[in-house]
Amino acid sequence: MGKRLLVVVVALAVLAAVPVMAMEPVKIGMITTLSTKAGYLGEEIRDGFQLAIDQEDGKLGGVPVELLVDDDGRKPEKAKQIADRFIKRDKVKILTGIVFSNVAIAVVPKVVRQDVIYVSPNAGPSLLAGKGCHANYFNVAYQNDNLDEVVGKYVTEAGFKNVYLLAPNYPAGKDHLAGFKRYYKGNIAGEVYTKLGQSDYAAEIAALRAAKPDAVFFFLPGGMGINFLKQYAQAGLNQTIPVFGPAFSFDERLLQAVKDAALGVKNGSQWSHDLDNPANRQFVAAFRKAYGRTPTLYASQGYDAARLLGSALKQVDGDVTKTDALREAIRKADFPTVRGQFAFAPNQHPVQDLYIREVVKGADGKYTNKTLEAVFTDHSNVYVEECKMK
Amino acid sequence: MNRKTLAITGGAILLLVLPLLAALLDEPYLVTLFSRILIYALAAVSLDLMLGFGGMVSLGHAAFFGVGAYAVCILSVHGFEGTPVLTWPFTVGGHESALLLWPLAVLLAALAAAVIGALSLRTSGMHFIMITLAFAQMLYYFFVSLETYGGDDGMSLFARNTMPGVDLADDRQFYYLCLAVLATFLFLAHRLVNSRFGMVVRGCKENERRMKTLGFPTFRYRLVCFVIAGAGAGLAGALITNQTEYVSPGLLHWTRSGEILVMVLLGGMGTLFGPVLGAAALLLMEEMLSIYTEHWMIYLGPFLILVVLFAKRGIYGWIAGGTGNHG
Amino acid sequence: MLLFVEQILNGLQLGIMLFLMSAGLTLVFGIMQVINLAHGSFYMIGAYVGATVTAQTGSFVLGCLAALPAAALTGMVVEILVLRRLYERDHLDQVLATFGLIMFFNELTRIVWGRQPLFMDVPAWLAGSVELIPGVPYPSYRIAVIAVGILVGVLLYLLFTRTRTGMQIRAGASNREMAGALGVNIRLLYTLVFGLGTLLAGLAGVMAGPILAVESGMGESILILTFVVIVIGGIGSIRGALAGALLVGLVDTLGRAFLPLLLRLFFSPAYADGVAASLASMSVYLLMAAVLVWRPRGLLPAHG
Repeated sequence: MGKRLLVVVVALAVLAAVPVMAMEPVKIGMITTLSTKAGYLGEEIRDGFQLAIDQEDGKLGGVPVELLVDDDGRKPEKAKQIADRFIKRDKVKILTGIVFSNVAIAVVPKVVRQDVIYVSPNAGPSLLAGKGCHANYFNVAYQNDNLDEVVGKYVTEAGFKNVYLLAPNYPAGKDHLAGFKRYYKGNIAGEVYTKLGQSDYAAEIAALRAAKPDAVFFFLPGGMGINFLKQYAQAGLNQTIPVFGPAFSFDERLLQAVKDAALGVKNGSQWSHDLDNPANRQFVAAFRKAYGRTPTLYASQGYDAARLLGSALKQVDGDVTKTDALREAIRKADFPTVRGQFAFAPNQHPVQDLYIREVVKGADGKYTNKTLEAVFTDHSNVYVEECKMK
Repeated sequence: MNRKTLAITGGAILLLVLPLLAALLDEPYLVTLFSRILIYALAAVSLDLMLGFGGMVSLGHAAFFGVGAYAVCILSVHGFEGTPVLTWPFTVGGHESALLLWPLAVLLAALAAAVIGALSLRTSGMHFIMITLAFAQMLYYFFVSLETYGGDDGMSLFARNTMPGVDLADDRQFYYLCLAVLATFLFLAHRLVNSRFGMVVRGCKENERRMKTLGFPTFRYRLVCFVIAGAGAGLAGALITNQTEYVSPGLLHWTRSGEILVMVLLGGMGTLFGPVLGAAALLLMEEMLSIYTEHWMIYLGPFLILVVLFAKRGIYGWIAGGTGNHG
Repeated sequence: MLLFVEQILNGLQLGIMLFLMSAGLTLVFGIMQVINLAHGSFYMIGAYVGATVTAQTGSFVLGCLAALPAAALTGMVVEILVLRRLYERDHLDQVLATFGLIMFFNELTRIVWGRQPLFMDVPAWLAGSVELIPGVPYPSYRIAVIAVGILVGVLLYLLFTRTRTGMQIRAGASNREMAGALGVNIRLLYTLVFGLGTLLAGLAGVMAGPILAVESGMGESILILTFVVIVIGGIGSIRGALAGALLVGLVDTLGRAFLPLLLRLFFSPAYADGVAASLASMSVYLLMAAVLVWRPRGLLPAHG
């Protein structure tokens, strides 16, 4: 009796599974940071990605997709756990979404070895661009140093000769300052590393004033940047010593928390909502309509990641089982990017234009970025040489 | 067979057949998830030794977990690269053998526990809680600024450690190893708790002054208990490095200590099997909730408060029934 | 030399901020014997409510006036619903329940206010800077923070030494049963003390709002420092909290400011900066360890 029942159940299960497999949507696993202080970053990436899917009514490149999202809580260990679940339980072949470099370093090397494609919509640590590069790893955002290099070049060209540098005391902080110094040719008035997550910068600001630099370059992501900018303005220094930095502290959501204290700050980015190309105009308008806010850099990266994958899925007709074909299709980067132009360097990181933007107050009273000029065109990254892609 | 024995036997059988079950259900992911649960269970049991039996409420237990994890990771990476760890005052090379590394991790964690314990145990009550917390934060910042080993980014292990006869890279074998380690630790802890030493430590919890009057050097007993707990956490750290193949200062963050504490309480403090249940419950709950809602903490927080208020004896007390006895 | 004076001011200002936080916490510790990890959550609530009301009304003063009762009322509700049931329990239960509260409040602010940080600026009338010493402009707002901190210290002193309520609180702290027998309503008193503690946390939060990022989880970064302050000062002692806060503020600030310069005398600049940054981030914890070796009960322990 029991045995017969079992046979029936198994038979039913097999019958049920066959037709489902034929029309099952392609699963895309998104591991991102939705909780903690940095939660809005993951939200932006997810919303940008989701917008691309919604615009095609649940498809990407004409192929039905299912986006699985899970929150890593900014913990590398938890992200690994989620990746494992996506790959083993949900049989996901494409992963994306990680916000932070340290999380990416923990997760990516392992998943790409399991024949899974990972498309990074944000983090681009030097390790994964250089020695640790892999054929299954693509970065559609930037290599971490890019946004500092552009500022370094701009600051040099603008004639600043004595710059004070500030970053948190952790590897990414040192990388970002190194990126700046690669293209900055003047003197360094001071180089200060602060405690990670520090809130009070009074001591650093006092020392900075005493050093009398003619400009300040800082990399302080998230709340640290807000703290610094507010206190810098309160010390009255924003009137006398101009501040520069990569785009991370100047996205449209953070700016509303800093307001006047950030006005006039020039920052480096690979994208801005005012870039004048059809894909971008369409994206910004659609995003505003869908979510009622101006998209940030991160949303644009999420959107580009989705459309890049869409272009590849279209070429392989939604067949993600042949990793080689899928990889080749992604490498072509044949998608309408919101950045105007985009190609992959040999280490599968972007070759793109980099801009300097200025923080301004828009007509609607919101604080936003205005693109000033393209400092680099078709800029790649220095880690290409270190990358021995098999 | 009473409910307690029944529950323990049932749980043990479930854990033993879990990899088979996972294969049957085609959910290989369960094996990894449960390896993680076993490792956290080990950390929670070790904390319970000092917390539930010794009455020492530490909010810095993750420090020893982290020290063990880092010790294994740093030495393994040097072993993999063939570079020395130290060149002065004497040369120390890296290694990848678990039989060498894991005991070393335990030793280092015990050493850290001895130093922190010796200072912290000069105080008690709320002072003790906050001092252990502050020491853990100190170590946290130490690893954040440890630039050579990745600082805040953490560092990856190239490959799991080696062990004769066991292929640690195989998830199923690794799972059984974790299970064996946990079972051994539970057995030893059981012996310890019921030994003369355990009696004294428990006596200190009830009434330290009386134990002192009876002539026991209570400070020394409690310190040894603290060190054993730290060593257990170090062993769990060695395992977690191998399981996730990655370490970061996040392992030592005070919220991690808080989570381990939650596991102990959730499962049932002052029991040996309670923390195992607590670890399973917390990790499974986190896993489930985060699938259904991104705001899972809004449920987990009040749930914890309710457990504290109304389910003092934890899951184990609820399953085992009867009076809260030790063991 | 001028720089040194300025850095001392910076240290004092950070110390005052920490004092506002730790005064409330040490009260709750000392009087009710309850450990409250969620103290930082009330600091966060103060900042969020302050920022929202300031943005709506355009008035910083109104923002402050709204933040204080918001933090105090939330605190009293939490006391009645949760903490009141934990006074007789051991510290472990208190730790866990308040750990749960942290999770709850952090997630709640994310749901109510969204994930991005909120904006809050110094009011126009405090925006400039003042030259206390010629050649050293110092932000007026930070001077105002110092002034508020001193005022709170004085008020607390008066409350405890000169008023009937203050005496009842002290009586309740030293002997709960006796005070109860003498007709003091201990339950109400405890709720009020807890409310006072969270009010102070809310005040610290709203004062910090214009200087720091108002974001979910902002309470935890200051919470740990507050613990260090209290342990150094001696649990339950307001005087100890003041001494500990100033000491921690000064050590932290001066460490960050001058350790690199000091180490550069001995090592190469790059190496010195790295080591100094690491040492500076651990300095307050080292200070705490040193104090404890010397005086396990803190610098100025409370009596009774």
